[in-house]
Amino acid sequence: MSRRCLPLVLLLLAAAAAPARAQEPIRVGFLTVRSGALAAGGRQLEEGFQIFLKERHGTVAGRKVEVVWADTAGQPALTKTKTQELVERHRVHVIIGPLAAFEALAINDYIKQVEVPIISSSAAAEDLTQRKLNPWFVRAVGTSAQVTQPLGDYAAKVLGYRRVATIADDFAYGHEGTSGFQRVFEDNGGRVVQKLWPPLNVADYGSYIAQIKQDVDAVYAGFAGANGLRFLKQYAAYGLKGKIPVLGNMTNTDEGILKSMGDEAVGAMSAGWYSAAVDTPANRRFVEAVRAEFKADPGYYTAGAYTAGLFLEAALKAVNGRIEDRAAFMKALRSVRLTDGPVGPLRLDEYGNPVMNVYIRRVERRDGRLVNAVIHTYREVSQFWTYDPKAFLANPVYSRDFPPAKHLE
Amino acid sequence: MAFWLLQSLNGLALGGLLFLLSSGFSLIFGLMRVANLTHGAYFMLGAYVGLSALGAGSGFTAAAAAGALAVALAGALVERLLLRRLAARPPAQRTLAQVLVTLGLAFIIADGCLWIWGGDPMPLPLPPALAGAVRMFGLAFPVYRLAVVVLALLVALALWLGLERTRIGAMIRAGVDDMEMASGLGLPVSRLFTAVFALGAALAGMGGVLGGPILSVYPGLDVDMLPLALVVVILGGIGSLPGAFAGSFVIGFVYTFGQALLPDLAYVILFLPMVLVLVLRPRGLFGARAA
Repeated sequence: MSRRCLPLVLLLLAAAAAPARAQEPIRVGFLTVRSGALAAGGRQLEEGFQIFLKERHGTVAGRKVEVVWADTAGQPALTKTKTQELVERHRVHVIIGPLAAFEALAINDYIKQVEVPIISSSAAAEDLTQRKLNPWFVRAVGTSAQVTQPLGDYAAKVLGYRRVATIADDFAYGHEGTSGFQRVFEDNGGRVVQKLWPPLNVADYGSYIAQIKQDVDAVYAGFAGANGLRFLKQYAAYGLKGKIPVLGNMTNTDEGILKSMGDEAVGAMSAGWYSAAVDTPANRRFVEAVRAEFKADPGYYTAGAYTAGLFLEAALKAVNGRIEDRAAFMKALRSVRLTDGPVGPLRLDEYGNPVMNVYIRRVERRDGRLVNAVIHTYREVSQFWTYDPKAFLANPVYSRDFPPAKHLE
Repeated sequence: MAFWLLQSLNGLALGGLLFLLSSGFSLIFGLMRVANLTHGAYFMLGAYVGLSALGAGSGFTAAAAAGALAVALAGALVERLLLRRLAARPPAQRTLAQVLVTLGLAFIIADGCLWIWGGDPMPLPLPPALAGAVRMFGLAFPVYRLAVVVLALLVALALWLGLERTRIGAMIRAGVDDMEMASGLGLPVSRLFTAVFALGAALAGMGGVLGGPILSVYPGLDVDMLPLALVVVILGGIGSLPGAFAGSFVIGFVYTFGQALLPDLAYVILFLPMVLVLVLRPRGLFGARAA
């Protein structure tokens, strides 16, 4: 073969290969947790995404979807390794996950570097869509404080509370949620008069519950994982249930643990970007499907992963299934707009975070099961609440010390 | 006044819980010099077995017994099949091998629990008779926590009587004091080891069930509890049951009041007494001799 022919042959070969490549499945790398303390959340993530795929018979925008599941065990170092494996060995087109904020932060720089689109199905850390922006990152769920800011508004304006004590897990997710609540609550005339921070793995809440001021209007409870269950149980055991109302963050009474709860949870209020009790056709269908398949109500992780699937679908349709054009796909992903879905209508802001409904919920018993009944809906809630994004971002990220508590007694 | 009373009760209750957790650890270490890092996993396994027993309709006492028995069996098997094989090694190697083996087992048990019972956190229902709260000074204190203190005292009493007043107890004490001499005198050291290991594991399993109504059962309970057992036992004096008893209540009070009075030091407070004791009195409050 002469040298001049070679480019032509290559061109022909490439042309022949092109249709074959279009038939190639889309490879989704899914970062989940199957071992360790976060495994329950990981399972729910997988269930949410499986329902999404099942409804579409494994085909999205005309292309088969192949999922590569990776178990991070909830450990940031392992998350990094698994992500590298997904990108470099499995050559995935897009990543969904990981479960926890500290995992997402651990791979944020790597994702930026390799430029693989990632859809966060649950990690709520504020800065991922605020001060540590990553052009390859979008979030399918709300930030930690996106739901607690409206809760602060509701507590001050509708419930008319004036003095509130807060108790929350002593880690970033607990700090961010509490700060968001405090800021909006205090901007509307309320006062956070006591802040308690039990360590994440505290054996017993007894000594904290005993400190709660008896004359507050309500207690804000910001817990994750098993801690909401333990806290509410002990709160009732110390006779405070029915005396001082509880306002929780989304995970305090998430459906994932609500099924393990009993009467101690009834009446507890909370705010979330989802509730299995949201009464729309899209959500009723979703809840039915999850109940039929997995015998449980969907919650934070199930809805998060399902919504991440909807993101994938919307963006893929926008680029006619051509996920290989990363830049175009990412552009489509960052302009996702959902009109219908379990969590309600949603669009992304310019930081890659949803502007979405936030539901104020109250635990009720319906047909023998506990549900997060929706008592009020805030529409089109931004991660910045009603504050100006520029001014919001000029502040430090929400933490244990910001905004400072000026009204402690 | 009400604050001090309520927190004192909290300290007592936490102390009781810690003793239920750490007595078995102390017992095993005392006789066998095995730092059993599986102890937290035994505690969790016991809680899960108790949960299943309760789910199958048994009473709370039977559930506690089931948890204790199941874990005792697991402990006996581990001792017979694994730890025994390590005993022949030279001491320096042996300790490391034991630490690694028991730590590895802890992971296996934790993953096994996840496999069998799933990852959802689950509450252990209270025995109905102990479900209420005592009211005083306008505050409520859960009855079950008082019951935990009483149970811890009963366990302490039973262990003390068993060790001080029975023949087996005398053998165990002889083994703790001087292993070579005891076996030289013809004590059945081998069976004694298995029995003590099983008993220590049983205490952990029972502790798991009894602690369940307060702590709930969830993956990670093992890792949350193990450091507490270590802290108590190091503080009290390694291998000393009275030490574990005193250590439990000291930690219970220090932790409870520390969290309430110095909230910013919540993490430090737990380990501070241990560090102080290690620096000032390395054998612990009740330690018999330097290791």
